[in-house]
Amino acid sequence: MTAAPPRLVSPVRGLFDVYVQEAKIAIAQQIQYRAANYMYMLGMVAEPVIYLVVWQTVAAQQGGSVAGITAGQFAAYYIVWTLVRNINIVFTPYGWEERIREGQLSAQLLRPLFPIVEDLGFFLGWKPVVVLLWLPIAFFLALVFHPVLNPSPLAVAVFAVSLLGAYLIRSLNQSSLGLITFWTTRVGPVFQLYIAAELLLSGRLVPMQLMPDWVQTIANLLPFQWTFGFPIEALVGNLSTEQLLGGLLAQLFWIAVGSILVRVVWRFAVRRYSAVAG
Amino acid sequence: MRPIRLAWLFFRIGALNDLQYRANFWLQLLQSAIQLGTGLAVLGLIFSQTPALNGWTGPELLAVMGVHILMGGVIGTVIRPSMERLRSDIREGKFDFVLTKPEDVQVLSSVREIRIWQAVDILVGFVVLGIAIGQLQASLGAIEAVAFGVALLIGALMIYSFWLIVTTVAFWIVRIDEIAELFEGLYQSGRWPVTIYPGWLRASLTFLVPIAFAVTVPAQALTQRLTPDTLALAAAFGVVALVVSRAFFRIGLRRYSGASA
Repeated sequence: MTAAPPRLVSPVRGLFDVYVQEAKIAIAQQIQYRAANYMYMLGMVAEPVIYLVVWQTVAAQQGGSVAGITAGQFAAYYIVWTLVRNINIVFTPYGWEERIREGQLSAQLLRPLFPIVEDLGFFLGWKPVVVLLWLPIAFFLALVFHPVLNPSPLAVAVFAVSLLGAYLIRSLNQSSLGLITFWTTRVGPVFQLYIAAELLLSGRLVPMQLMPDWVQTIANLLPFQWTFGFPIEALVGNLSTEQLLGGLLAQLFWIAVGSILVRVVWRFAVRRYSAVAG
Repeated sequence: MRPIRLAWLFFRIGALNDLQYRANFWLQLLQSAIQLGTGLAVLGLIFSQTPALNGWTGPELLAVMGVHILMGGVIGTVIRPSMERLRSDIREGKFDFVLTKPEDVQVLSSVREIRIWQAVDILVGFVVLGIAIGQLQASLGAIEAVAFGVALLIGALMIYSFWLIVTTVAFWIVRIDEIAELFEGLYQSGRWPVTIYPGWLRASLTFLVPIAFAVTVPAQALTQRLTPDTLALAAAFGVVALVVSRAFFRIGLRRYSGASA
């Protein structure tokens, strides 16, 4: 008896299957730990609720709005924020640190697959679970904080697509950062600087209109605002058609930059890898 | 006095241990600086739009931030490390080693781990407080200083009780790692006086997760807002929290069956 020859599929089809399988694993795992997932999510929701309360307080004091944003619009901004943040959860550089320090990467390198593809698929699969768990939270927040938003159908469509764009940009950037752990085992300081920059330059802390002009100018040159500010504004900000479609193009540009960066860094990084035992 | 001697002993062991890793001091300093920087940026943004937030002026909110950083340092240095160790020991069955020692189990579980570099936040908190007090119009009398110290101590004991209760849940539910994340998230709310939050949230942040008592009340003492009634309420609630957490811990202890071979 001879073993059946391996069935050959096209590379694209093969890659697609990998994504689907990784996603299935993620869904099964995350449903198993739904209580843990919920605690994690509630801790995360605290962040925008705090910003929201603070800015609603300021808006109330200033006669209803700050820099043209009303209390209801702040509510819409930060509630949509919670969804965008959940979609934006990706494999962190700390994960890379552990992977390399403990030699887990050795097994991954044996597979005929770029490790970052596994991460992309796994975290993408987590998302349906996350969105399901998020719905009651969003409902509750909407009940309490009275958001005001009236997006056009095009805005909704662009929002949906931009979520995927935001996920990819943030994944690719954090993967590149994670690869630093091939050189040092302490990625913490770099990652914290990255997160601080993201807070200030992405719209994660406050809508970018509230930032001084020079900060907005810096933000325009960097990828951060396409991961938070743009998706949120697409839904709540009454952007024009050009702004909406232009934003998607900008996301596409940063996805391309991120992909190239990750591949280039990987080529140099993987040469430095050495594992002790297996 | 025995608990204090025990705590001091573990503090020395922890310090000796951490002193081996001096680079961690600089990492902690960088982390504290980043947090301070973003905190100040937010204050700057808010006060570029409005002269006062719900009656709190810039220097007063800076004082709140100072207390928040200071208390965060206390939690990170002495409370959270021991509680996380307790949690993982229960899960892995290593808790046997604590039970077999001839000391009070709760005391021993609560002082075993110290992270001295986290104390950088305590220093940063005091510096921020000093600057804030310098900017405040009203001068700070001896009574306010004592009230501040008392409020801070009560607040720390309440946060400890909270962590103990939450960690005790590990006797029933094994995977509660995310509770630390949940607390970190909620603790960020203490950066602002709890009076700005809507009623249901304010009540939760006072009696469910005692962030109001840990941060806002000490800050009130510094800004002439603290009434004797509030301080008395804090003291009473603090005693209740300590008693309840100890009782709950003992109930949880009975559930422990050990997991080692």
